[in-house]
Amino acid sequence: MSAIEIPPGPPGPEPASEPVLVVRAEGHAASRWYRQPALVAGLVILAVVVGLALAAPLITSYNPITQNLSESLLGPSRQHLLGTDQLGRDTFTRLLYGLRLDLRIGFIAVLLPFCLGIVLGSLAGYFGGWMDTTIMRLVDVVVAFPFYVLIIALVFVLGPGERSIYLAITLVGWVAYARIIRGEILVAKRQDYVTAARSGGLSNVRIMRRHLLPNVISQGYIYAMSDIVQVILAIVTLGYLGLGIPPPTADLGSMINDGQNFLSTHWQLTTIPGLVVVVVGLGLSLTGDGLADLLRPGQ
Amino acid sequence: MGTVTGPVSASILEVRDLHVRIASRRGIVRAVDGVSFDVPRGGALGLVGESGSGKSMTLRAILGVLPAEAQVTSGEIRLDGVDLRQLRGSDINRLRGPKMAMIFQEPMSALNPVTRVGWQIAEGPQVHLGLSRRRAAERALELMRRVGIPDPERRFRAYPHEFSGGMRQRVMIAIALSCDPEIILCDEPTTALDVTIQDQILRLLTQLCRESGVSLVFVTHDLPVVAQVCHDVAVMYGGQIVERGEVRDVLLDPRHPYTLGLVRSAPDFEYVRESLVPIPGSPPSLVSPPSGCRFHPRCAFAEDDCRTSQTPLRPLPGGRFTACLHYERTLEAVEADRACP
Repeated sequence: MSAIEIPPGPPGPEPASEPVLVVRAEGHAASRWYRQPALVAGLVILAVVVGLALAAPLITSYNPITQNLSESLLGPSRQHLLGTDQLGRDTFTRLLYGLRLDLRIGFIAVLLPFCLGIVLGSLAGYFGGWMDTTIMRLVDVVVAFPFYVLIIALVFVLGPGERSIYLAITLVGWVAYARIIRGEILVAKRQDYVTAARSGGLSNVRIMRRHLLPNVISQGYIYAMSDIVQVILAIVTLGYLGLGIPPPTADLGSMINDGQNFLSTHWQLTTIPGLVVVVVGLGLSLTGDGLADLLRPGQ
Repeated sequence: MGTVTGPVSASILEVRDLHVRIASRRGIVRAVDGVSFDVPRGGALGLVGESGSGKSMTLRAILGVLPAEAQVTSGEIRLDGVDLRQLRGSDINRLRGPKMAMIFQEPMSALNPVTRVGWQIAEGPQVHLGLSRRRAAERALELMRRVGIPDPERRFRAYPHEFSGGMRQRVMIAIALSCDPEIILCDEPTTALDVTIQDQILRLLTQLCRESGVSLVFVTHDLPVVAQVCHDVAVMYGGQIVERGEVRDVLLDPRHPYTLGLVRSAPDFEYVRESLVPIPGSPPSLVSPPSGCRFHPRCAFAEDDCRTSQTPLRPLPGGRFTACLHYERTLEAVEADRACP
């Protein structure tokens, strides 16, 4: 209703009907990701690394664990691109298979704490009260220990192996996700759309799953992208300390450790796997930062 | 659903002596303090008052979606004869949507930013009416057509930020109507819109409610809007209702000095006068409200007994109510205003 009564005059045109759609905001995420040099560089590195790891059986005909003692500690050559180790295994082959294993463990070991942390963080943030207190005290307990101390202690107790690594990293890693998601939910649950969902008679579980999580989960993705670097480093560290995948399976950490004894004569045995770890970490970091910039709200 | 029906009554909604308190740092805020009203089936009640008078809190208390720090401390809220305060959460959830729905002030923030609008409309029917995804989507399209969203097949997959303000509020109306409620609670649904759109939305809302016999509770501070939409009006001040009656009576011929102040300060009303007259002073603190009549510190007609006496709503001839002890004074002022425009 207009503020001033308009006297009945010549009938003007009907008020123009309102625009239905507003134009999509410039720079929609999907249309500008390739303009970020860091993200592109990271994605290229990752593509190469993951491609090499996946195609390992096609690239090399050697078996990563079959020993050939008559050809131990050879230098780089046509047959052995990076030489062989003390047990005569092709270093390049072991590098590819080790990369394959570490990447696989890394991705799974990020996914598990991601899921656990998001579920617990949502519960704590949404319901509050005793649930929040209990979950956040658990978080405090885990945070009170340095990351590696707790991981190494857990793996030591559980015994080396892939399952122990998953378990240890999940038990330690979920806290970061829980904290992030709890904080986001605390803010989001006061928004009108949550009140609107409640006044639509939706159950708490549905509100959390369908209305809150889709709005807050991007913060979890952003953290996961930086977390995966840390997790892969942790796996390599565990391998280096002899707490990772038991021999003879190839793993970058145990390769670095094995090569240490020959550092003065065969430096490539240790240095090349180390450099590969650096390159993988770089690729993941660049990708993570780039994605974070894209996903961060309001940009 | 069979467990939550009660005796049939003439009113779809009866609120009796509702009290809502909010815990705040400065103390306990008595946001709603003894509010009672009825909404007849198919009727429309307006709740008017300035910011902080407890209008929105009353609505949220009815729906059971008060913020965490607010609480209904006493009173009865009967929806279709069932006292909502006696129900468990899951039973109330079954009423929200199919029995009562709410339309919010800011459609942009009341719509989920990351869900396609079609699915937001379809969600209620899926949950409450047990429709399949496909049937719910068809229903959503039909609702979008009913609320006047052009080209619904394409808009179905759009996100709220791609809509204009008026179209978003149409989506909100479609969501509110999606489960065929008997009463819709509107919290200033047109305040965020510009006036031409506001008029379209009000017409749409009243037309749809008339067609399907839906009752309305309409919260606003905009008197002309109340006059356009509602049959009855309750004027709220400081968490209490100070005057209640038919819109025509209350707004054209007030019986409470606060209503008179509201009418005098509203820019367009048929009430004749030379200039707008603001109400002096500021709204009362609801932590420690004034004694007696809460309006007395700002009232030009206040007398000694206004500071001390309780002022419950009293019936007047003509089926209206006022909380003013000296409403004749208001009557004289109204007549004086009429005599010399």
